[in-house]
Amino acid sequence: MAIAETATEYILPEDVRDPWYVRFGGLMRRQPLGTAGAFIVILMVLATIFAEVISPYDPEMISFETMLVPPSISHWMGTDAFGRDILTRIIYGARTALFVGFTAAFVGSTLGLVLGVASAYFGGFFDLVVQRLVDILMAFPLIVLALAVVATLGPGTLNVVIAITIPFIPQCARVVRSSALAIREIPYVDAARALGFSHSRIILRHMVPNVMAPYLIMVTTFVGHAILLEASLSYLGLGVQEPTAAWGLMLQGGAEEYAESAPWVPIFPGLAITLAVFGFNLFGDALRDLLDPRLRAR
Amino acid sequence: MHRYITKRLLLIIPTLLGAAMIIFFMLRLIPGDVCEVRLAGTGLFVDEAEIELCREKLGLTKPILVQFYTFVSGYVTWDLGESMWTGKPITHEIAIRFKLSIQVAIMATLVAVLIAIPLGVISAVKQDTWVDYVVRSFSIAGIAMPSFWLGILIILGLLIGSQKFFGEPWMPPIYYVSPFEDFWRNMSQLIWPAVATGYRYSAVVTRMTRSALLEVLREDYIRTARAKGMIEKVIINRHALKNSMLPVLTIVGIEFAFLMGGLVVTEQVFNLNGLGRLFVESVGAQDFNLTQQLVMLVVLVAVLTNFLVDLVYAWLDPRIRYG
Repeated sequence: MAIAETATEYILPEDVRDPWYVRFGGLMRRQPLGTAGAFIVILMVLATIFAEVISPYDPEMISFETMLVPPSISHWMGTDAFGRDILTRIIYGARTALFVGFTAAFVGSTLGLVLGVASAYFGGFFDLVVQRLVDILMAFPLIVLALAVVATLGPGTLNVVIAITIPFIPQCARVVRSSALAIREIPYVDAARALGFSHSRIILRHMVPNVMAPYLIMVTTFVGHAILLEASLSYLGLGVQEPTAAWGLMLQGGAEEYAESAPWVPIFPGLAITLAVFGFNLFGDALRDLLDPRLRAR
Repeated sequence: MHRYITKRLLLIIPTLLGAAMIIFFMLRLIPGDVCEVRLAGTGLFVDEAEIELCREKLGLTKPILVQFYTFVSGYVTWDLGESMWTGKPITHEIAIRFKLSIQVAIMATLVAVLIAIPLGVISAVKQDTWVDYVVRSFSIAGIAMPSFWLGILIILGLLIGSQKFFGEPWMPPIYYVSPFEDFWRNMSQLIWPAVATGYRYSAVVTRMTRSALLEVLREDYIRTARAKGMIEKVIINRHALKNSMLPVLTIVGIEFAFLMGGLVVTEQVFNLNGLGRLFVESVGAQDFNLTQQLVMLVVLVAVLTNFLVDLVYAWLDPRIRYG
């Protein structure tokens, strides 16, 4: 008892950690690239939320007086062949890209997460079937599978989201399964079963929280992939359709026709895609370093 | 080893069958087919009976399992059917475009490897110096940049550059000539798409080369080699590089298998009449026959490449033994 009494005197000191801004500064120094990535991501989110407020024009307003105006004070990035302001369309395009990117990445990896954990948990025949299915789906190049889905559903923003989501499911399932296999061997899973918990409770409450690190990493990487994929599909005319503002769509039929007369038309949207994917990749890499140093090799 | 090879080759069959099932039933999941696209797409009034007749002719009215059987048994008799859009045999449609796509794919791989390995090595040897940062930024940018945009920029550059220097705009030729007929003409057409797809490819390989080499450079035998006073160049080239090539080879293989995906967009940019473009067209026309055969071709290439990479792996690294 004496020990317990003395122990009470060693109360944990007040929060000794540095204030949040100091810690944040340290993080920024250690992960300069990740901070840059986060900055781009935040910029995109802000552009998405405040598109109506910050963009100078209406993204769908066609005006024949302002066709192919070069970059100037009134049109910072010039206008396209329909006289629409390119900067405005890039800001609204961020909305399309983020919507498609986040939805596809989130839904795809979440379905993959559940499938992967269930596959590891049940093992046996279920695991075998799921893994063969994953093998088959992973033999399709990303864009080929996405195009095949578009071939089925037809173009359009929502169908693009589905087309991009489907290839993500097996990829995430594969990665999550390998992490979940290790967790399955830890005694608390056996303990949970001994307590008579249902399968879904064990999977969702006991195993899923423990594979959050690879899951979060997958989500951020997938957002970048999804933005690139959406741009490719839209560029091919099989993705987002006019008049919705989408970066890939803005590049359609850009090169030859505009080479001499209006090179700004294809340059800025491509720059936006590159910057966005760049930002999400850097952010994802930094997140991976922070959450799971073991995954760094790839 | 022979047993392993046989086993792997046999395992390809269920994978292909699974892929065939997925693509076949997926395409037929939603109403709408090539007849509707072709006849109703004209915007004129079309008799429902005419569409029905067209379906009848293409075999789309048969029970779905019969259609699936025709599709799969085609591989045994080597009769891949006809394109629903052009009516020509699919083997013909693929054959006339295969050369172009495979040539771009090989050239892109060469571009990628020739850029990536030197860059990866420099970046690893000069780790955490400005050289390393430049190389890493270059490769991160390569992963972020869409290859079709790079293609557009290349065309822009060629047009504007040639205008400036020669006084008239120059574009790469549009019609494909075999490299054995007119080598320079062929190169002047295909080198640009190869660079556009190769850049992204090289970025992935550079990152892999760098991290693999860094890993090997931490090994004991590298320290031993340094301790016995060996020249750094020899250590890097002979001891380190050779041993770090395995993961690099894997990534080259995987990327090659998936190159078809990159070609889909690049061929569109450069107006190349290759397999990628054919694929996009077949998707647009809802030409089920052609789409599913092209998907199967891509999957076959991917599966075979993976298999070959595994074999080369075992051949390069005697520690790996497949039983």
